[in-house]
Amino acid sequence: MHSSPYIQNNENVSRMMLAVIYALIPGTLVYIHFFGFGVIINILIAVITALICEVAILKIRNRPIKPFIYDGTAVLTAILLALALPTLTPWWLPALGAGFAIIIAKHLYGGMGYNPFNPAMVGYAMLLIAFPKEMTAWIPAETHGLNFFDTLNYSFFETLPAGMNYDALTMATPLDSIKTQLSLGYTLDEIHTANSSLFGNIAGYGWEWINIMFLVGGIILISIKVISWHIPVSILGALAFMAMIFNFSDAGSYPPISFHLFGGAAMLGAFFIATDPVTAAASNKGRLIYGAGIGVLIYIIRTWGGYPDAIAFSVLLMNMAVPMIDYYSKPAVFGAPNKG
Amino acid sequence: MSDTSYSKIIYNGLWVNNPAFVQLLGLCPLLAVSNTVINGLGLGLATTLTLVASNVMVSIIRHWVRPEIRIPVFVLIIASTVTIIELSMNAWFHELYNILGIFIPLIVTNCAIIARAEAFASKNTVSSSFLDGLFMGLGFTAVLVTLGAMREAIGFGTLFQQAHLMFGEAARGFTITLFDDYRGYLLAILPPGAFIGLGFLIAGKNIIDKKRLAREKLLSAQQVEASAVT
Repeated sequence: MHSSPYIQNNENVSRMMLAVIYALIPGTLVYIHFFGFGVIINILIAVITALICEVAILKIRNRPIKPFIYDGTAVLTAILLALALPTLTPWWLPALGAGFAIIIAKHLYGGMGYNPFNPAMVGYAMLLIAFPKEMTAWIPAETHGLNFFDTLNYSFFETLPAGMNYDALTMATPLDSIKTQLSLGYTLDEIHTANSSLFGNIAGYGWEWINIMFLVGGIILISIKVISWHIPVSILGALAFMAMIFNFSDAGSYPPISFHLFGGAAMLGAFFIATDPVTAAASNKGRLIYGAGIGVLIYIIRTWGGYPDAIAFSVLLMNMAVPMIDYYSKPAVFGAPNKG
Repeated sequence: MSDTSYSKIIYNGLWVNNPAFVQLLGLCPLLAVSNTVINGLGLGLATTLTLVASNVMVSIIRHWVRPEIRIPVFVLIIASTVTIIELSMNAWFHELYNILGIFIPLIVTNCAIIARAEAFASKNTVSSSFLDGLFMGLGFTAVLVTLGAMREAIGFGTLFQQAHLMFGEAARGFTITLFDDYRGYLLAILPPGAFIGLGFLIAGKNIIDKKRLAREKLLSAQQVEASAVT
């Protein structure tokens, strides 16, 4: 964090993390409503694993345990990772992801404040590369018919209630199915009429409401000044701009702006993931460049890349560019001669 | 390197100056083919053979090659050696040759080989150059096999799969299945797994070196103390 250097206070960090966690609640509740209790189970498993790993590593590194546990960064990392996972997953998926995020992406790079890459997204990218099948299968919104115990049962024993079959139950997300259907040569209109239940009113049944609630949470965070507006606005702006240009040029094969903003994980990514103060650019100008880069990359990877959604890869790629962005967007020191 | 005592050369090649751990040379083939033990062993032995042959030849001609043109001469020697090895592997280990593919001709570009020719063989006797090539190669092979074993165990849950590629049909049964019903961990087999695995291996070596240094310091301090007392 590049706030005033003389203010060093763990309290600040933990209050900020708590605010972010609270702001995630509305989106998470709607997520549970549509996609079942797997969300909660994933969050619990990820948080517990993250805390265990954090304590173990701090012990090995001879660091004080209490202040680093109470700052809440490990918990937030675990929650963000869990929110990005499919909701019907075996327990080891969130556990492995959270462990990887904390041990490798956070502590091997120096721990809290030193990690160049967003730990939650490193964990997610690792899982996506290692377990492509488990990571891209989602249960249908609201009509999955699984209660809490069914989900818990699947999480730990990988058994479903009688008459249900994992492959029949799960399906692709709206982003994923648009991508595969477009590659098969269908136009957007044909895809929409063929899968009307999947796509809902704006972007995707269920997904649009989750995105709206994460948007609400994000706006609250900006209004109470926990995050600045620069990164989310530039991400969403760049994504919308790209979507607008291509949708204008060929509306039959490039989905509209609303689909890109509300159909995937754009809101969660823009307000909660990319704004991580450790891995984002420091100055306001730098944040605008960083966000715009993420927005453009999301569009490129979603449209022409190999994966349906692209928040994790875009954020990680721009994390890599942050040192350079910071170097070229250093704010002038007070009292320095004006270059212009 | 003026100290050419044989044990020192061996220790250098296997540990202190290990091409993969310390000099970080030849990482491209190291990372690309170390996804199973057998692939790693195959490439490691091919590299070792090249290293030995090129080191010996460079050392034999070291008095007659003018320094201005030594690098092109080394390159020619290494390229011919690699070609010989490539053709022989194609003849006798055809399946393994197909799996290792481009990485066998690419041994030519493995900087470890020209580095040993330049830094060691062109300045030392034939016998010590032979030993240097052999143990640098074995050091490289050891890393390839260790990394290969790590990646194979985590990625596939087996060890020594496809051993018949190297040891003939009788070796089909060598495969050890570590975990039954293992889903596989794709990341370990893909290139990122190679980078992460090598990172851990190098970290492990550094930890061992550090511990050893601390123990030696402690020992010598105790000796000083002991001699001060008497």
